[in-house]
Amino acid sequence: MILVFVEASDDGTSEVSLETVTFARTLAERIGGPVHAVIVGALPEKVVDELGGYGVAAVHHATGAAFDAFGGAVWATAVQAAAGDADAILAPGTPRGMEVAAHLAARLDVPMAANVTGVVSADGGTLRVVRQVLGGGVLEEMDLPQRPAVLTVAGHAVEARQGEPVAATLQEFSPEVAESDLVARVVSMEPVQELDQAGALTSARVVVGAGRGAGSSNGFGEVSELAELLGGALGVSRVVTSLGWRPHHEQIGQTGSRISPDVYIPCGISGAIQHWAGCASSKTILAINTDENAPMMTKATYAVIGDMHDVVPAINAEIRRRRG
Amino acid sequence: MTDVLVCVKRAPDTGGDVTLTADGQSVDARGLGFTISAHESCAVELAVRIVAEDGGSVTVLILGTDDAVEQLRSALGVGATSAVLIEADDPAAFGPADVAREIAAVVEDGSYDLVLLGNDAADTGDFQVGIRLAHLLGRPVVNGARTVEVTGGTATAKVAGPDGVETYALPLPAVVTVLEGGVEPRYPSITGRMKAKKAKIETVAPRAEPRGSGRVRLTLPPAQPSTVEVLGEGPDAAPAVVDLLQRLGVMR
Ligand SMILES: Cc1cc2nc3c(=O)[nH]c(=O)nc-3n(C[C@H](O)[C@H](O)[C@H](O)COP(=O)(O)OP(=O)(O)OC[C@H]3O[C@@H](n4cnc5c(N)ncnc54)[C@H](O)[C@@H]3O)c2cc1C
Ligand SMILES: Nc1ncnc2c1ncn2[C@@H]1O[C@H](COP(=O)(O)O)[C@@H](O)[C@H]1O
Repeated sequence: MILVFVEASDDGTSEVSLETVTFARTLAERIGGPVHAVIVGALPEKVVDELGGYGVAAVHHATGAAFDAFGGAVWATAVQAAAGDADAILAPGTPRGMEVAAHLAARLDVPMAANVTGVVSADGGTLRVVRQVLGGGVLEEMDLPQRPAVLTVAGHAVEARQGEPVAATLQEFSPEVAESDLVARVVSMEPVQELDQAGALTSARVVVGAGRGAGSSNGFGEVSELAELLGGALGVSRVVTSLGWRPHHEQIGQTGSRISPDVYIPCGISGAIQHWAGCASSKTILAINTDENAPMMTKATYAVIGDMHDVVPAINAEIRRRRG
Repeated sequence: MTDVLVCVKRAPDTGGDVTLTADGQSVDARGLGFTISAHESCAVELAVRIVAEDGGSVTVLILGTDDAVEQLRSALGVGATSAVLIEADDPAAFGPADVAREIAAVVEDGSYDLVLLGNDAADTGDFQVGIRLAHLLGRPVVNGARTVEVTGGTATAKVAGPDGVETYALPLPAVVTVLEGGVEPRYPSITGRMKAKKAKIETVAPRAEPRGSGRVRLTLPPAQPSTVEVLGEGPDAAPAVVDLLQRLGVMR
């Protein structure tokens, strides 16, 4: 059995979880199935059927007060209880997915591969996988010789595809929890505006980016205006947050937000691999830069060569002119 | 009084194009500087602030070659009070479980109330050393904290969760892994640099043979030939840009 730790909210199963389930089906072709899912905490209504559509044969749902609030250790207890003698345990490459997987690997004393993008081979008990390191700029082939193989699947590395639909069974269970696993648990939660803004960045259809080319903390007026004209969000490079020009929640990249808009418009951003790690899943990239050889300019779909402080105001004026 | 151990990792400071060594075992670091990850810089900063409030000590630790003394001294320059090098000739042979075991040995020999690490290392990105360490020590662990404060034997850590800011309260001793963004790491002062230059660095040997990282080889993602379409130069390109935005359906 291959077990997938699945994250769900009222909107249904998270995209990266569906990608992970899709990945699990590919893995099942190599090492055998079936694919099961485990959900800890709240189980939104439609999720069991949704997972069935992705080929999940059984959904294990951990219930009980111990799982109401998130805690890496206690949630890992639930996943471990559902795993039985699973051949592989997969989690989405999200913060919680990583955390739960690492707890499992530590308890089972097996290796864990983070941010896996593919399977190379599964010969003689050793699973060889490919994973992203250096924020995706480099790939590593890594061996997982022990069972269960524990791994997380990199976000947006595989496309979520529905499978041979099955009627997934729902199996509720209430595993026993050690007192020590309840120590590190969320004790309170406050929704804050800053997170809403970071959320706006990751869900925006259009993101306008600005890097060192903005020049100073006063250099963001035009790009902000463009973002506003397009109903999008502003994102920035690490140089910009390090210099204190803009707040960290606007940062895109390996150590910032990962965006996947329809259009990303990076202005004065060179396209370092750590930045690329956060914007690689944009559908279309339109780069604006004085240096036509900057990595962002050669990797982009479209480019304009020029000073962002000349080009962006001209675009804003043209948009306003056409809107009349 | 809080005695804090901060674990950091020396890694090549890669920016644009990365090349690999001929054997495919590592990133070619010739011509590159070295650094620690931004998460780890924030962990050092948080430790220094905790001790400034409450008293105690900040020890910074690396498992690495003796070149890693450079990163230890940088941390001493911004307020760490002592440094430990677990000296390994081939640190890449140490997988995350090995590193956790070696750090655990140092923690058990000392009297550290709080161990801070980065959420994930800049180069290998394994996302697990802190959790494995906590497991070995039998201590609670919070992952991905933006801030950590200590009052009266309790560490309060704040994490940016999926729905908002989550607060954890941990009785010490504990382990916390840190994500960039909650604090601004300070720059070293001149006196800090002077002190760091002279500070003594304690060197210890690894306790056990590493089990390894499972690395077979590194590869570069297939180079995508550039297919960029240049829309124009300077402000004259604006109409072409707006045509494109209309075609892409994002003009509303
Ligand atoms: C462990 C680690 C994690 C990191 N995480 C991140 C991360 O999450 N996000 C991130 O962004 N970076 C990250 N970085 C930093 C990254 O390596 C780069 O340093 C950073 O992305 C560069 O930012 P930039 O493109 O704004 O600046 P630069 O690289 O300096 O590029 C500026 C660009 O602007 C162009 N330019 C200058 N003036 C103008 C103008 N007037 N008009 C138009 N173009 C102009 C230049 O030609 C150049 O291409 C990380 C680094 C490390 C080591
Ligand atoms: N060789 C090392 N020496 C000291 N600390 C390390 C080392 N490797 C990893 N760490 C710590 O563990 C964190 C997570 O690393 P990883 O699990 O490898 O992504 C890093 O951010 C460091 O704080």
